[in-house]
Amino acid sequence: MRTSLGERLVEMAVTGFLWGIRILFVAIIVLGTFFAVRAGKYTSEQWISFVVSGISQGSIYALIALGYTMVYGILRMINFAHGDIFMAGAFAGYFLATWLTGIGFVDGNPILGLLIPILFAMIISAGIAMIVERVAYRPLRGAPRLVPLISAIGASFFLEYAFRGLFGPGIYAYPPVKALEGEWNILGLSILKVQVVVAAAAFLMMAALYSLVMFTKIGKAMRAVSEDKNTAALMGIDANRIIVTTFAVGAAMAGAGGVLYALIFRQVHFFMGFTPGIKAFTAAVLGGIGNIPGAMVGGLVLGVFESIGPSLFLEGLGITRPYQLKDAIAYTMLIMILLFRPSGILGERITSKKA
Amino acid sequence: MKKENFLWNAVKTGLLGGAIALFICLIGMVEIFSKRDVIEKVLTLGQFVLLATAAGMGFVAARRTSSLLGDIKPLPLLAAGLTAGLLTGLLIALLVVIGNQVNLRAVFINASPALYDLLTFKKGVGFAWNLPAFGAVAGMLGAAFLLLPKFLRRPLSRALIALVFMALFSGLFRVVMINQGGAWIASAKYLFGQTGLTLPGTLIFFVGVVALTLVWDFKGGQAQSRIARLPKQSQLILRVLVYALIAYVAIGLPQVSGPFIAQVIVTVALFILMGLGLNITLGFAGLLDLGFVAFYAIGAYTVGLLTSYGQFGVQHIPFWVAVPIAVLVAMAFGAFLGLPVLGIRGDYLAIATLGFGEIVRLLAGSDFLAPFFGGPMGVIGIQKPCLGLLGPFLKVDVPRVCNGIELGKPQDIYYVAVVSAILIAFIAWRLRESRLGRAWMAIREDEDVAEALGINLVQTKLLAYILGAAFAGLGGAIFATLIGSIFASSMQLIVSINVVSLIIVGGMGSIPGVIVGAIALIGLPELLREVSEFRYLLYGLTLIIMMLAKPEGLWPSKTTLRELHHAKIEVDAKA
Repeated sequence: MRTSLGERLVEMAVTGFLWGIRILFVAIIVLGTFFAVRAGKYTSEQWISFVVSGISQGSIYALIALGYTMVYGILRMINFAHGDIFMAGAFAGYFLATWLTGIGFVDGNPILGLLIPILFAMIISAGIAMIVERVAYRPLRGAPRLVPLISAIGASFFLEYAFRGLFGPGIYAYPPVKALEGEWNILGLSILKVQVVVAAAAFLMMAALYSLVMFTKIGKAMRAVSEDKNTAALMGIDANRIIVTTFAVGAAMAGAGGVLYALIFRQVHFFMGFTPGIKAFTAAVLGGIGNIPGAMVGGLVLGVFESIGPSLFLEGLGITRPYQLKDAIAYTMLIMILLFRPSGILGERITSKKA
Repeated sequence: MKKENFLWNAVKTGLLGGAIALFICLIGMVEIFSKRDVIEKVLTLGQFVLLATAAGMGFVAARRTSSLLGDIKPLPLLAAGLTAGLLTGLLIALLVVIGNQVNLRAVFINASPALYDLLTFKKGVGFAWNLPAFGAVAGMLGAAFLLLPKFLRRPLSRALIALVFMALFSGLFRVVMINQGGAWIASAKYLFGQTGLTLPGTLIFFVGVVALTLVWDFKGGQAQSRIARLPKQSQLILRVLVYALIAYVAIGLPQVSGPFIAQVIVTVALFILMGLGLNITLGFAGLLDLGFVAFYAIGAYTVGLLTSYGQFGVQHIPFWVAVPIAVLVAMAFGAFLGLPVLGIRGDYLAIATLGFGEIVRLLAGSDFLAPFFGGPMGVIGIQKPCLGLLGPFLKVDVPRVCNGIELGKPQDIYYVAVVSAILIAFIAWRLRESRLGRAWMAIREDEDVAEALGINLVQTKLLAYILGAAFAGLGGAIFATLIGSIFASSMQLIVSINVVSLIIVGGMGSIPGVIVGAIALIGLPELLREVSEFRYLLYGLTLIIMMLAKPEGLWPSKTTLRELHHAKIEVDAKA
């Protein structure tokens, strides 16, 4: 192809620029880590507790990311409202848990007292996601790709402000669960009980979902539809039903994630879904979108990175109050992955049809 | 079989209507809207919204029934409307009755006794059982609307919309008219009450709009063709006269309306600026940028740092010099951010740019960069533009004194904002018609084909991104001087969403569409405090409804309209 000198110059500039960015980020991480380790401000126990809280946080991101990844796998669309489905789950769990705590049920049966709000949140989230899919997404299937994305942004804002209108703009405190207070001593390390329980619950849910997708008939149908909708339909699979099921299952995971998130942070409010939503999307892309184990890996990597990042390589560079930039680390990771490895850690090379 | 299920259909519609009505009650809309009247002392806005829901459901049920039956028969249609309206009312009645027994407020904060009082007109719980009857009447009216002949339906619906509009803005009209003095005062008080239209005002507007629409429907075509038959020169004169009239109104408006309206118009103009910018990236080139607010922030911070005599002012150069610099800085950042992300395709780009916008906000608000940008404290003490001699380009410790006219008040910034908006609209219009504009649209349609035709993707996209950034930077610069201070917390994602929404509502790629969208989405909620409470809820709903029903927007550009309808035909053919 014949190209003019100007065009070639622009191309070189772009390539150089991209390399510059890569080098800059590697330099930030390496130098920051070097200085942080040399300064020795944190003990190794503190580092481990960062990692543990990162894992429990990341397992929630992974739960939310499953919904993004499954929907993207089937419809090639970013379900922008997924973060708000997560928020809806947190609200549902909060109201039920408050009531259960009020009548003294949670103190009597701590395990059921945790499980029932989670189940309720899953049901409510799945229901809302099914309504959203029916109203805002299904009629737009086959439209240009920007159209369902904009509709999803609309759905996201509608949900946020509908919840604000219905339940008020305040921040609700999730009722404390006595059984989860305090720490456990595991291998000589003291770890917060909440973090262990949350991570364990999240891993159980992910395992359940994975076996649903891999070993059941409906999971097989999901995989078939995500491979090729039309061929799957020819094989007698009701694609619409499978798509709704996918939305519902993904939303149920997000709803459970909402309650777990509320257990750790003890705060429920109408805008809580936005940031975890974007981060979970980052996790999904990080692991390779459309790929279920990828979402889990991506969530954990993101959680740990975000948890140790501020102290590890930002503080080392002399940045004051680095935890303020915690979210910026996640967003930067998102952009870097989209730039340099859009297929993610575990993803196959995305063909232009899928991307 | 069809005849059997039309009642079931009406029941379903009624239940849906009831759900919508309950939602309207529980999000607090009824309570807030009850402070405003449509017709003073007769009908509050809250009551109107509920009645309109019932009537709308009656209409929908009747229409479904007529399509099920295959023709329009009065009796089944009215029955369907009645059922739907009745059920809508019944659900509200149930809410009142249940709410009086159980404390719903533990969950729904708006389920208060005040709401029940409003719903029962303060006549006790027993009165709630009259609500289904009201609903049924409203539903029947809605159904009856379908039975009217077509030439009457249009004027009636127009008149209803006009009435609600006039009622919502009655306070505004009243103030403006009373400010004129003389005979205006009496007529203002005759037509507009404190909170809504008066009864005579309602009748006058209703009859007026119906009559106007009828006349236009029957005679409008003639008038249009008569104008078209005029010689070229007279047409030109007519057009110049219209423009002169608009210019006269635009120049005089802030003097008549006072600072509040002027400020609202400035805000609208700022969003027009940003909208025109994003219209280039999204509307022309098809790149969805959700981090658009970053460029707005960059423009605002540049002007802030260059002109502020507060703590963070680096220089004290005049506003007029700072603006071009701000635009250039925004463009540079556009290039800087655009270069890497433009390789990303489609919806990934939206998320990547969203990340950028958030990073810019987080950095500007962080303590890390607080010595430069003020962190959460923001940059304050930004100079107002001064029409006069340009002073020395140096940092001085005392506030600069303006030896000329200082454009300090919102009424003065109004001119700056409106002139910039017109200028930018002109530039955007010329760009659209240029070779570059056509290249953008080619990329929007199909990147691969565009590349095959010899369009350099990176260069062309980058130009779209940079120019969009420039327009947003200008908007930010004017915003900084209007408010006089900038805070990182005001640069939220919601601003980008506002801009995206107004483009979608107006019509992607359409310049008049941007203006219409900005007035509808930014201007109206600013003027209506009652609506602004539900602003983002309505935005979300608007985005969904626009995508479902009218993806080309309210004022589409001709090409988009053609494409979308063309695409629809293709999809139909496939299905």
